[in-house]
Formats: sequence, structure tokens, C-alpha cells
Amino acid sequence: MSRPQREAAVRRIMEGTPPPVPPELYAEAVRRGVRMLRRRTVAVRLMWLLLFAATVAFVVWAVMARPWVEPPSETTPPLTGW
Amino acid sequence: MGRRRAAQDARRAREFEAFVAGAAGRLLHAATLLTVEPPTENPRARRLLTLSLAHTYACWDRLRGEDPYDHARQCLATRFSRAAWHQYGGLGALGRFRPRPDGPLARLSPQERLILVLRLYEGVAEEQVAALLGLPRERVHAMCDRATATLLHPPRGPAPAVLGAKAVSP
Repeated sequence: MSRPQREAAVRRIMEGTPPPVPPELYAEAVRRGVRMLRRRTVAVRLMWLLLFAATVAFVVWAVMARPWVEPPSETTPPLTGW
Repeated sequence: MGRRRAAQDARRAREFEAFVAGAAGRLLHAATLLTVEPPTENPRARRLLTLSLAHTYACWDRLRGEDPYDHARQCLATRFSRAAWHQYGGLGALGRFRPRPDGPLARLSPQERLILVLRLYEGVAEEQVAALLGLPRERVHAMCDRATATLLHPPRGPAPAVLGAKAVSP
């Protein structure tokens, strides 16, 4: 039995009787799909909100702490009285 | 903005309904072959298909020219292979949800069923099946051959019954 013949035989076995499609399948798929889409939208919005909050927090911290200003020296004592 | 979104929703619903009307029968048949359930009573195949179609619906606007049927089939295959690992168990008779072997492919393992259905029933190319399942191409080829041989020349003796008896007897 050659390869195409074997494959055709297996296809015949698999064809069989197709199962009837239940009518509620479409509605159920749409319901779940809509829910998935809504959740995804909420997640994306939440992520943007978090990113925005993190940016604001960083800017506020940077303005308060000024990490780019050279800190005053702590090892050398201040030179006074000479 | 609201009106544009409503129009987009309506268009998506219309296109999706047409797609489901055309594709659901064939996909349900494939899913039923995978889950080896009888054609009239196939809750697991229906669930598999519903979830895949829901995913396709959620991705509908981002498909952009990609075939939705391909997308749904891919969802179905990955979902089945993931579920097969948990539900049907690699241990055969020891799996918790032992399906009643009713379908024509009941003799095969879940992975063999998946490869056979994708390759021969759906006609997906060997390379694509290999990429989808993360297997080398040669292995897909060999498994397809072996599954074909098992299906056409069933081994003698009821192997599952022997396994079941062993599991029960002690």
C-alpha cells in the first residue's frame, strides 16, 4: 500500500459523520470573546495608568532629591578659623 | 469615538457570524476527532471550539489579513495539546478523565491524534505542524507514519483492556 493510498484511507476513516453544530455555540463564543476583549482593554488601561503614576512619582522624587547636584563633602571637615 | 467603536463592533459581529457559520462545522468535527467523543455527545469538543472561537473573536481586529480559520485552528491545536497533558495524562489508563474510546482515532495517543488530524484531516503542511507543536519535522513525519500504520493495521488484542485490568487487580 503506497503512501497516498494510506493517507486516503485514513482520511476516509476520519471523515465519518460530522457532528451537528449546536446553535448556542456562536452566542457563547461571542459572549466569552467580548468578555476577553473587555478584560484586555481594562488591563491595557491599568498598565498605562500605572506607567503614568510611576513617571509622576519619579519626577516628583527627582525634583525633591536633586540627585544631579554634587552632594556636600562629608570627609573633609569645614575649613573655619584661620 | 463612541460611534466609530460601535460601527467597528457591528462590523466585527457581522464578519464573525459569517465566519462561524462557515467554519464551525469543520472545526467541530476536527475537535470531536481529537477528543474521541461520539458525534452527538461531545461536550469537551464543544468547549474546546467555543474557547478557540472566543479567542479568535477577541483577536479579530488585530488579524489584519491573516486567515481567521488558521487562527482558530491554531488556538484549537495548542489548547488541545495543553489540555491533553493535564486531562488525558501521558500515563494512559491512569489518567483521571479517561475518555470512552468511541471515536475512530481512539486507539492513538493525544499527540498522534493531533498530528494526524492536522496533517491529514486539515491538510496542514508538515513544517507548519512541526512549528506549531515545537517538534522537529522528522519527528512529525515519523509520528504521522506510525499513527497511520496503527490506524490501518490495528495491533491484535485489546491492549487498553489489559492495562485497565492490571490497574484494577491489586
